[in-house]
Amino acid sequence: MIEWFTWVQLAVAVAAGLLCVGLGLAGRKPTDLSMGATLLVEVLLLVQLVVAIVAPLTGNEATGSLLEFYTYLISAILLPLAGGVWALIERSRWSTVILGVVCLSVAVMVYRMLQIWTVQGV
Amino acid sequence: MNEPKTDSGVNASGTTKPNRVTGIGRVLIAVYGVLALAATGRSFVQIVSKFDEAPVAYTLSALAAVVYIVATVALMNKGRAWYRVAWITIGFELLGVLVVGTLSLVDPQLFPHDTVWSVYGRGYLFIPLVLPVLGMWWLAHNRPLSGRGVAA
Repeated sequence: MIEWFTWVQLAVAVAAGLLCVGLGLAGRKPTDLSMGATLLVEVLLLVQLVVAIVAPLTGNEATGSLLEFYTYLISAILLPLAGGVWALIERSRWSTVILGVVCLSVAVMVYRMLQIWTVQGV
Repeated sequence: MNEPKTDSGVNASGTTKPNRVTGIGRVLIAVYGVLALAATGRSFVQIVSKFDEAPVAYTLSALAAVVYIVATVALMNKGRAWYRVAWITIGFELLGVLVVGTLSLVDPQLFPHDTVWSVYGRGYLFIPLVLPVLGMWWLAHNRPLSGRGVAA
């Protein structure tokens, strides 16, 4: 796990989440903007997956449980997909809010992944 | 007895409000889905990697995860039976978070390992405590249309 990249990812997920919740509460249906923001969050998660696979090969090992880390990562990758599918099926303002909730959930999960990777070095 | 009705039999004045509540309900269902996923993921990790350490706490985690999944499905589906299932599962969640939350504070020895409900769901931003209340509020405002109201 690359720490600065993870922080960027966290910031993007929070920003996208707040943006989508805001747009949704303002009555906007899912648009290219809200869907694009969610897509960006998803792409960064996939990059994170690649980093997580490659990093141990270069000596950057996780200090915590890899099983727990990957459970978070896979769950996080599934969330924007589920939210995106929902937004395509039901085109209402609440789908935009849901996209935001999904992005904020991803942010929390990314933070937990960072903790698992770096903090608990017992 | 002779209230004005539309063709579908629904009172004309009550048509706009339910749509709005249903919309918020979608967000509620989504949050339930996320929590179900989180609880399932955590319990999966606990059971696979360290079940022997605290079988009771981790069995409880798994049970909670299943209940969240059932509640999510029940909220998504219409009909009186699902409505009842939703009440039961959400009531169980509220009971669980209150009982386990209190016990984990009063006697930490009972729950040395985290569950979804420890310290009123602190590990999950207290969402497990807030969500059942919101869920019950939503259920109370969205009774199934069939069956009731005909006699009135």
